[in-house]
Amino acid sequence: MKNVQKSKRANKSLPFFFKDEFKVSFVIIFISLILLLTTFTFDIVPPILNRGIQPATFPKALLILIIAMTLIVYYLATKNPWKIEKKLPRSFFLTLFSFILFVIVSKALDFFLAISALSIFVAYYWGEKRLFYLLLVGIIFPIIVFVFFETILGLRFPPGIITNIYYS
Amino acid sequence: MLAPLFSSKLLLILFFGTLFGLILGVLPGLGPTTGGALILPFTMTLDPLSAIVLLTSIYCAGTYGGAITAVLINTPGTPAAAATCLDGYPLAQKGEAGRALGMATVSSTVGGIFSVVILVFFAPILAQLAYEFGQPEYFALAIFGLTMLASIGEGSPIKNLIAGAFGILISTVGKDFMTSIDRFTFGINELTEGIGFIPVVVGLFAMSEMLTQSTLINQVFNRIALKAIKLPSKDDYKKTWKTILRSSGIGSFIGVLPAEGGTVASLIGYSEAKRFSKNPEEFGKGSIEGIAGAEAANNAATGGAMVPTLALGIPGSATTAVILTGLIIHGVRPGPDLFREQPDFLYGIFGAMLIANILFFIFGFFGAKIFARITLVPNKILWPMIFAVSVCGTYSLNQSIIDVWIMLFFGVLGFFMRRYGFSVVPVIIGLILGELVEGTLRQSLVIFDGNWLMFFTRPIALTFFILSLIALAFPLIRSRKIKKNND
Repeated sequence: MKNVQKSKRANKSLPFFFKDEFKVSFVIIFISLILLLTTFTFDIVPPILNRGIQPATFPKALLILIIAMTLIVYYLATKNPWKIEKKLPRSFFLTLFSFILFVIVSKALDFFLAISALSIFVAYYWGEKRLFYLLLVGIIFPIIVFVFFETILGLRFPPGIITNIYYS
Repeated sequence: MLAPLFSSKLLLILFFGTLFGLILGVLPGLGPTTGGALILPFTMTLDPLSAIVLLTSIYCAGTYGGAITAVLINTPGTPAAAATCLDGYPLAQKGEAGRALGMATVSSTVGGIFSVVILVFFAPILAQLAYEFGQPEYFALAIFGLTMLASIGEGSPIKNLIAGAFGILISTVGKDFMTSIDRFTFGINELTEGIGFIPVVVGLFAMSEMLTQSTLINQVFNRIALKAIKLPSKDDYKKTWKTILRSSGIGSFIGVLPAEGGTVASLIGYSEAKRFSKNPEEFGKGSIEGIAGAEAANNAATGGAMVPTLALGIPGSATTAVILTGLIIHGVRPGPDLFREQPDFLYGIFGAMLIANILFFIFGFFGAKIFARITLVPNKILWPMIFAVSVCGTYSLNQSIIDVWIMLFFGVLGFFMRRYGFSVVPVIIGLILGELVEGTLRQSLVIFDGNWLMFFTRPIALTFFILSLIALAFPLIRSRKIKKNND
């Protein structure tokens, strides 16, 4: 309880644009406004085909509702500030980076290679240094999963440098 | 009721589903919702009944499994077991882990079986009532389901409503189902079919949890050794039978309410157990009644949550949203017609839930010591493996790499949502209900010739709107009451 009060006090002393409640509300409203503008580009249905309301009306109403509720959340947060969250550790950013790495490798090289690379990368940076376990999570297990999906579900994985060798 | 299940294949599926559910429940961060979403692609090779039997057995066993971790390492295996930690762990610290788990197992089983009885009796009645529903009534019901998100227990009510609205917004991506006009596709062909349920669920639950676990890699759990589970003594039964029955009733009722699930049920079951107890001062220090109250309620919510899911197609909880998706992708449309046309299918599900409750009692009683050891699997090995299964499972549904990227996007989004107090459950419920809300609204407006006020001339719809207002006001009244009590 004391820690929460302390962090709330610390939050109060920050300029408003550094506070989490402002940053989060700003991001939600900003994205909602962009999406709201996008709804104005939706095609308009002629009255004879229109069923009830235009296709853009429902998303527009939702986005306005989201913006209004976010403003309420922000207003309430000015009265009762959020507690400051702990700084994210390096391991989080490395895991996030591994997601990006996965997207790049799966697109440019190979789907299997991407899974394998991410698994080894994450296991290693989370503290696994034993070679056998790295091979287990990075190679043996993905092979089992691949073969299982391929044979049981009849799945065809996207082409890539390793997957092509497997299919040939 | 059990006749449709008398096939070796279904019994085997039930056996492995219960086992798998227990393992998922024991592992913190997984649980029946994520597990159900991960297993959904595999169910495509099964017939509809086998698929739903597998998912429901995972649901029942996974909800109980969370108690093992709650008692032994003070970390709820599932959110529904959070209230079990309050007394389970202190009792385990006193050297009575076996007694705590014994009570959790018995009360979970009683709660679960009680809720199946409720399901068998109430689902057909609710389905019968649903024959009276037209499009406006379904719209009002869906709105009621969404407003219930305000009080799902996690996060602030308004944040939950924002997350719910966001879920509905996701459901509008793709071709408009009534006019075929593209919405939010940004020229990406793959988005014209809309955003699938599985990438969103796996992303919001499994991938966001992987990111959360990445922030906790140095965390050390103090695990309490378990010798053996002990059945509750005569004295314990005497102390708790009323609590178990009360919590079973509460859990079943909360489960029936749209969107509410085991988490809310266990919190209310626990607080009511404390309120009625002769020894409320023991709560939080290892009260056996506290364990019974929380565990009976969260397992009773499983059967309750299946009532609106099967009778109306409105999910009673996050896991039943996954089960609902399972029903839909297998071509089974929940609702009153299902009760008339496929009674064997329904009785198969009811019977499966009943057997799953008995099976997890046996597995829990004889195997809790082994299941407790599963928590020893290090995260650095476990999560890369879950990643591989998540990626392949998500890819397998449409054989689309875009689905995998969507899953990763929702993983990152889910992490930040949880970090800043937005629950991810409303997004799932919103996504499931989105099409129903928009479709019934538009069709109602066609019926009403664009006159919105006509909604209020329909008694059932009006009742749901009034209930929606109550659902919105309830968290406000509750927080004021808490504030007043604190002052």
